[in-house]
Amino acid sequence: MSGLVMPAPKADVLARRAQIIAELRAIVPGEGVIDTEAEMRPFESDGVTAYRQLPLAVVLPSTTEQVSKVLAYANANGIPVVPRGAGTSLSGGALPLEDGILLGMGKFNRILDIDFANRAVVAQPGVTNLGITHAVAHEGFYYAPDPSSQIACTIGGNVGENSGGVHCLKYGLTTNNVLGVEMVLITGEIVRIGGKHLDSGGLDLLGLIVGSEGLLGVVTEVTVRILKKPETARAVLLGFPSSEAAGACVAAIIAAGVIPGGMEMMDKMMVHAAEAFLGAGYPLDVEALLIVELDGPEAEVNHLIDRVAEIGNGLGCMTLRASTSEEERVAFWAGRKAAFPAVGRISPDYLCMDGTIPRKALPLVLKRMEEMSEKYGLRCGNVFHAGDGNLHPLICYDANVPGELEKAEAFGADILLLCVEVGGVLTGEHGVGVEKRDLMPSMFNEIDLAHQERLKCAFDPEALLNPGKVFPVLHRCAELGRMHVSGGKLPFPDLPRF
Amino acid sequence: MSERLCPRDEAEVVEAVRWAVSNARTLDVAGAGSKAALGRHIQTDATLELKGLSGVTLYEPEELVLSAKAGTKVAEIEALVAASKQMLAFEPMDFGPLLGLAPGGGTLGGLIACNLAGPRRPSAGAARDHALGLRAVSGRGEAFKAGGRVVKNVTGYDLPRGLSGSYGTLAAFTELTIKVLPRPETVETLLVLGLDDAAAAGVMSAAVGSYYDVSGAAHLPAGIAARIPAVAGAGTGVTALRLEGVKPSIVHRRGKLEAMLGAHGTLSFLDEAASLGFWRAVRDVEPFALPEGGSPDRAKAVWRVSVAPMAGASVGAALREAGAACFYDWAGGLVWIEMPGSAPDTARVRAAVAGAGGGHATLIRASAAARAGEEVFQPLDPITGALISRMKNGFDPGRVLSPGRMYAGV
Repeated sequence: MSGLVMPAPKADVLARRAQIIAELRAIVPGEGVIDTEAEMRPFESDGVTAYRQLPLAVVLPSTTEQVSKVLAYANANGIPVVPRGAGTSLSGGALPLEDGILLGMGKFNRILDIDFANRAVVAQPGVTNLGITHAVAHEGFYYAPDPSSQIACTIGGNVGENSGGVHCLKYGLTTNNVLGVEMVLITGEIVRIGGKHLDSGGLDLLGLIVGSEGLLGVVTEVTVRILKKPETARAVLLGFPSSEAAGACVAAIIAAGVIPGGMEMMDKMMVHAAEAFLGAGYPLDVEALLIVELDGPEAEVNHLIDRVAEIGNGLGCMTLRASTSEEERVAFWAGRKAAFPAVGRISPDYLCMDGTIPRKALPLVLKRMEEMSEKYGLRCGNVFHAGDGNLHPLICYDANVPGELEKAEAFGADILLLCVEVGGVLTGEHGVGVEKRDLMPSMFNEIDLAHQERLKCAFDPEALLNPGKVFPVLHRCAELGRMHVSGGKLPFPDLPRF
Repeated sequence: MSERLCPRDEAEVVEAVRWAVSNARTLDVAGAGSKAALGRHIQTDATLELKGLSGVTLYEPEELVLSAKAGTKVAEIEALVAASKQMLAFEPMDFGPLLGLAPGGGTLGGLIACNLAGPRRPSAGAARDHALGLRAVSGRGEAFKAGGRVVKNVTGYDLPRGLSGSYGTLAAFTELTIKVLPRPETVETLLVLGLDDAAAAGVMSAAVGSYYDVSGAAHLPAGIAARIPAVAGAGTGVTALRLEGVKPSIVHRRGKLEAMLGAHGTLSFLDEAASLGFWRAVRDVEPFALPEGGSPDRAKAVWRVSVAPMAGASVGAALREAGAACFYDWAGGLVWIEMPGSAPDTARVRAAVAGAGGGHATLIRASAAARAGEEVFQPLDPITGALISRMKNGFDPGRVLSPGRMYAGV
């Protein structure tokens, strides 16, 4: 672990470990409480394997009642709790704490209700993202958000992180596709928010809970909307002599009123890496490659494919191929989908970053990243969800070379700060977690962060849920609650009043 | 008549709130006042009018993003984006006709504060799904920002979404950034005639759950259809399915839907011009409109109910028994109800929603006295109520921002 400071473990909690484990076993009997080092080892990190920590204990509840009792117990005894789905977080959101319970939700793995007429599925949080789609595919339906970890990641984790995927521009992130949750507060109280109906009529608590990274409560049930799978999908492969030209093409497609189901860009390094990895048939003479996928009714897709081709030709694309079969469409995507393992083949280790930028800033950002790459002496390839401006630079390094991980992390931080500088944000879909926690002040000032923390205080005043994540410094709620307002007159004497 | 404070910029909003906090005065947070008759009826020491904070500050069509000061008129924004063939995809309703006001009075801040959305809600999302970022002043007299200007952002809590639907009770917005989307090139509407409410729910469910991208599904019982010019001639119940997009796609989808639904009832069709008028009427609840200048105080009470789409018809049936009129949007899940008189008959409406499996009912039009005495919004369970009260403690501990507008004591 490089330089990450987590909240200091509570000595009294560590001292009472044996007693705490015994009391947890009274709530979750049998194999539901894990306390040996060997058995806890698989839980010591999530997708960010650079950070590792064994928890106080791993608890695997199987009922909402058990979750409620565990949280009420933790609350009464001042024990931190870190919720975990499948542990695929790319921001360290499920990194355990030495004095904390790791609450694994994997046993919540049942789909409770499939309601085609209302186009909704009710699932327990440990069901995988793809598991929901598989459960409804026989009727031609699917669950739209498709993070690349969808085979493993859970819907509960998706709610925690507001996960995205390549189809976000058209179909939204998790937050746009969740209708309701059952959630347990740190007090053990159980609340139900939303359901199969739309909106709340009032305050949008659901909107706050999705993407709250396990800091507000533990979700024990999720209701999502399902959509009919598009009748047809076709993809176009467009190669350009520069990233500027490819970026102009993306802007022109959107300006023409076309919202593709997916629109991905790869830079030269990534095209070559993917081609070397599996021979996807990508053109190797291009500086930037676009994959544009149109989906919907066949007549519409064919019409829009022609329009995209016309736009690409007008902007000087060097290669233009439209898929004419499902096999060909899948082949176009194969290289993009293998981008990460392809980099794994040319570099012993890599860091995957996740900033979002206004699309028009892409050429500038790519140029500055090239300069950074030279400065740090590390290679960097780019895949880009071009439709929504979500950039995934892959920084290559070798963990066995002393100091290279630290260099790669510094490079990554510089990229994210650059994203903020050009009007973008630190994270588009991976979450803040521990990875981007200390960069939060680059985007938000103290007052901004204090307002976010006050929400946290409303849900979890003792900061027991996932402490050390998202916020660089977690203030005490009593301190945040004080108000410092002075003066009794309107200091703007000319403020219009009627 | 309480005092009106009319700040011209964010610094003046901060000063106005600080004045209220220091002097223990309450503020009714308002834009241009077009939705003053929504929510619980409250009396405050002053009205904080944000309409002076006006103007679009950023519009980049190819980035699908627009920022504007909170007091900017929605109509101004819609005209601006229409010139670039774009739209607010959530199709915000205009409460003017329903509340007896001139249309086009609402501001962007009011739109997000009330989390409005029209017929496209099920496919495109509500206002909350298009709120990307904001600047606001909380009841602590502090200006803060949240979110950003890009469509994909998970940096920190999603306050722009969380403050949607807060009716000014947590913060006064000063500037908002929203997502805009391309306008469909054209629109047509397929009508299925003669269905009762339950059969219509089945047809709408089949249509919305088909491959054919139905972007609006509404059902108007005969008495309601008679009040909308585009379909008044049908003389029967009208189930309307909207198709938007490029022409070749619409032709294809319409053909498929006709084949799928022909056995359920007589089919008819609205062209682009008729469709635009029809869906505006559904969006703005024109069948229950008041004449301009009409007072909600004496008008028939109107409820807005959201339940699971297939459950809407049971809500309608329960209330029609009591003499109410109703129609359905959102494939049956949104039920607009006009009570037989000015009494809200709240218990009956809440029972119907509970009987339909739950959801929410909001009293949209009623006298000030009724809105002072009734729970206007769906009542909260005690745990959620306490949670929201603690959120109010965090954002507005002095309870100066529209206190009681949503819930007593909040």
